[in-house]
Amino acid sequence: MAACTVPRLTQQESGMGTWTWFHKWGSPKWFYDISGRWMPWLFGLSALLFVYGLVQGLYISPPDYQQGHSVRIMYLHVPAAFLSMFIYVLMATASAVGYIWKMKFAPALAAAAAPIGACFTFLALFTGSVWGKPTWNTWWVWDARITSELILLFLYFGFMALRHAFDDIQTGDRAAGVLAMVGVINVPIIHFSVDWWYTLHQGATISRLSKPTIDSEMLIALLVMIVAHFLLFFGLLFRRARNEVLWRERQASWVRELVK
Amino acid sequence: MLNVLLQRELKLAWRRPAELANPLVFFLLVVSLFPFAVSPEPADLAKIAPGVLWVAALFANMLTLELFYRGDFEDGSLEQLMLVSQSPALIALSKALAQWLLCGLPLLLLSPLLALTLALPVEAWPALMASLLLGTPVFCLIGSVGMSLTVGLRRGAILLALLVLPLLIPVLIFGASAVTSASQGLPYNGQLAFMGALLMFTLALAPAAAGAALKVSISS
Repeated sequence: MAACTVPRLTQQESGMGTWTWFHKWGSPKWFYDISGRWMPWLFGLSALLFVYGLVQGLYISPPDYQQGHSVRIMYLHVPAAFLSMFIYVLMATASAVGYIWKMKFAPALAAAAAPIGACFTFLALFTGSVWGKPTWNTWWVWDARITSELILLFLYFGFMALRHAFDDIQTGDRAAGVLAMVGVINVPIIHFSVDWWYTLHQGATISRLSKPTIDSEMLIALLVMIVAHFLLFFGLLFRRARNEVLWRERQASWVRELVK
Repeated sequence: MLNVLLQRELKLAWRRPAELANPLVFFLLVVSLFPFAVSPEPADLAKIAPGVLWVAALFANMLTLELFYRGDFEDGSLEQLMLVSQSPALIALSKALAQWLLCGLPLLLLSPLLALTLALPVEAWPALMASLLLGTPVFCLIGSVGMSLTVGLRRGAILLALLVLPLLIPVLIFGASAVTSASQGLPYNGQLAFMGALLMFTLALAPAAAGAALKVSISS
């Protein structure tokens, strides 16, 4: 049933060159081919950068003048927190594209991204908690940023739970798509109100250490680690999305060929 | 159109008065548990009263969502309504309005009584009522999105909570904080202004989202 949309798209495509990329990305088979070629590069480059970034971060860069060696968890914490938000936006965008233009591949990408996003959100919370113990002398603070991150985790859980609650994949995709769009509009509102709530309720009992101009060795390590995490994410995303595509297209002739 | 839909919802709900009383009883019960669990000291109670009242109102509101959707979905009238009406957003809006009139408004009227039992200072009562007046419609509107998404599911109740509660945190923050400020004698018009903005924003967008969600649920 789902496969019948592909020929229609390719016919339309012939007249409009600028939209070619759009239709290409809409084709699960094209994605399967191209991602197979990209994946080794993504994982390989990511591994190289991880090695360099970890050595730079854990050995070469100096310890913080206040926090000592505990600052080194930043090289995991910051990229994870960064990705947790990036992945939500990516997921919501893919869901919206899938909902609005009925692009077949987009919901598969969103479905593949959600668990990875939830993992990075959890990692950001966990590393933050481990970092908080020596720095603030507590595992958990109802700090504005931590709370926003926790709510983000709930939003990921909601997306995944709703998608899986439907027997039919496409209905689940559309329902989760509506939720992701509602969620992405709400994320700034939640973030803003949580910020406001924190500043109102508790003064500067425990405030984030204001980071002065960061040491260049530290900055290099941090940037390298962020890029490494990004490449790792896209590698994982492609891997999961490939499986998702194979499962969704299991009736299509090219998947049957491939499995043979 | 909206008028007709609203009248239908009100008439249907009115025929089941017991189910309409449920959330109020729940509200009363939950609030009366706190003195046992925390402390019967008026000073302690007054401190937690804004938060307790707001969280209890939120849960009571969520309990009634099913009432307006489940029956319609199961006997097929929701599908028929979708066929005859111009837009599914109107159906969702009428349900949210009916829910507010039959659940949000009674909660709002009941709240001073419970504020009294929790020893909330009388100066904070206007803030409590005003913030509930602005906040409970947001509960109903965002709740209508979550309920429209989960109406077709067999075990939707927990999922509904997971979907809706994170989105309602801003309302809870501003609502409870308005009451807290008022009980300390501080101005609270800033919080009310934010809640008004949230209400307008939700009123503009939530019915459309709920309508889209209803379409998805009906198609499954």
